[in-house]
Amino acid sequence: MDTAAFLAQLLNGVQYGLLLFLISSGLTLIFGVMGVINLAHGSLFMVGAYLAYVIAAWTGALWLALPLAILGGLGFGALLEAGLFRRFYQREHLDQVLLTFALILLFEEARSMLLGNDFHAVPVPAALDFSVPVVGGFSYSAYRLAVLGVCLLVAALMFLGIERTRVGSAVRAAAEKPEMVDLLGLDARRIHMLVFAAGTALAMLAGALAAPLQSVYPNMGDGFLIIGFVVVVVGGIGSIAGAFWGALLIGLVDTMGKAYLPQVAGLAVYLLMAGILLWRPAGLFARRA
Amino acid sequence: MRVASSSGQIALGFAALLVASMPLWAGAYHLQLASTALVAAMFALSLQLLVGGAGMVSLGHAGFFGVGAYAVHLLPPGLSVLLTLPAAAGLAAVAALPIGALSLRTRGFFFLMVTLAFGQMLFFLFHDTALGGGKDGVFVTRPALEVLGLALEVPRRQRPAVLLWLNLGLLVAIYALLAGLMRTGFGHALQGIRANEERMRALGYDTRRLKLAAFVLAGALAGIAGHMAAMTDAFVNPEMLSWHRSVEALLMVLLGGIGALHGPVLGAFALVALEDAATVLTERQRLVEGLVILAVVLALPKGLASLRVRLRRPQPMPAEPVTAVRP
Repeated sequence: MDTAAFLAQLLNGVQYGLLLFLISSGLTLIFGVMGVINLAHGSLFMVGAYLAYVIAAWTGALWLALPLAILGGLGFGALLEAGLFRRFYQREHLDQVLLTFALILLFEEARSMLLGNDFHAVPVPAALDFSVPVVGGFSYSAYRLAVLGVCLLVAALMFLGIERTRVGSAVRAAAEKPEMVDLLGLDARRIHMLVFAAGTALAMLAGALAAPLQSVYPNMGDGFLIIGFVVVVVGGIGSIAGAFWGALLIGLVDTMGKAYLPQVAGLAVYLLMAGILLWRPAGLFARRA
Repeated sequence: MRVASSSGQIALGFAALLVASMPLWAGAYHLQLASTALVAAMFALSLQLLVGGAGMVSLGHAGFFGVGAYAVHLLPPGLSVLLTLPAAAGLAAVAALPIGALSLRTRGFFFLMVTLAFGQMLFFLFHDTALGGGKDGVFVTRPALEVLGLALEVPRRQRPAVLLWLNLGLLVAIYALLAGLMRTGFGHALQGIRANEERMRALGYDTRRLKLAAFVLAGALAGIAGHMAAMTDAFVNPEMLSWHRSVEALLMVLLGGIGALHGPVLGAFALVALEDAATVLTERQRLVEGLVILAVVLALPKGLASLRVRLRRPQPMPAEPVTAVRP
């Protein structure tokens, strides 16, 4: 086996996995804290990717998309939470499924009205358009390394924020013991809005980062949504650590599968998920209820 | 789950007669549309056994619909529909058994996600491998409309009518089967599980086994719907298994009302009509569909059936005015 190619696939897998973590951490937190199933999460990823495409096409400065995705995502997420999702916390899963499915249709329609239905390539920023020598004559795309770095940074900030700050402990309390939040005198509404806004920002950031790695195209959020749910199921709902390790595992299995066993690549992650569920029905990092 | 009242059943009977008479007065386009709606109604009805029957919200039900459809592609061409239909149902049931057994280890949100993932697995099975004949779909030869060795020579012009009647007959049969089933001990046990699974388990019911039986039966019925979709369109594609299809079926169930067996039939006809109208009237089909779903979940959480109930009994009238009129 070609070692350099193997290393490249390994790094690709880690990088893809970290991107998946940005998506699935939002999904798992929004479900863990509010009990809401957000199928439109993939559409938010798409919004981030198209944001990057538009920014790159208008200004040529792709990096601008990152702060815009984060800030815009926070604002947009807060609006969605206050305008729609807040009414659905106590409703049945089926209602949440339909609400968020309607949002998918509306996002897709808006995308098609504003930007058409073509595939668009987003160029890698010129400053990062080179390869970095890693070890023994093996080199790797600088942009992919940068994505890897940004994702790791965000993951580290999230862990710190959730484990070390007052707001973070409130979010953890809300995810693990919702009934305690009111007793502790915490403002549950504000926590909900914050979590939803953060989840949206993470999904949009992931979309903006992913745009130069693949083209932007209709329904692109779909695949990421499903794989994000696989990560959440494998990791255990509501668990950030589960989302992290689950995302790395799924990212690696999917990337390696596509590289070395292309015949079964589409199925590999689902077979893995089935196996893990046989072993641990509530996911790898499930908290015992 | 409520089965229609006797007056409701008369109304349903009239609706069925109206559909059956369509070849006399409707054009080819509307015959095809009615067949599409009948197939959608079968599919939604099979999902209702899970959702309304036992409270299991599956996001992967389209997988079994697709297995039934692809059975038509995989079986040798030229077979009688009397063979292909049970084969499609059987294949879908065979797929549903392990998937159900695994998915039912979980509940609630996990069940939703796990069924979604398994549905996607079936989707990729037909989308990516040689089995399915390509991601763009394939044209299939319609199974022969042959009954007990007697070839029914159906002239090409009358085929849409015969398909319509076949779809209608199957829908009525599935409806009758489920209506009968809900009156048996099995049906009552499912209702009990939907209301309170813990209690049913405490009462000594093997709830996992009951739910699995419902899951496999629902899968087989979805397979029949899929088979009829392939036969109606003479075409199968992987989109038939996509999770969007599963959500659409859930929408039909919710649109018609979860509590009633006829709900999904109403919901299926409403959604197919809506989609047709949206396609005819505007280019923006998704916009119309999205806004309608949004309106339904925001305003009518119990579906169209609740609208009917609300219209019929608006508010309980206070007693005083009545006594005032009749001194």
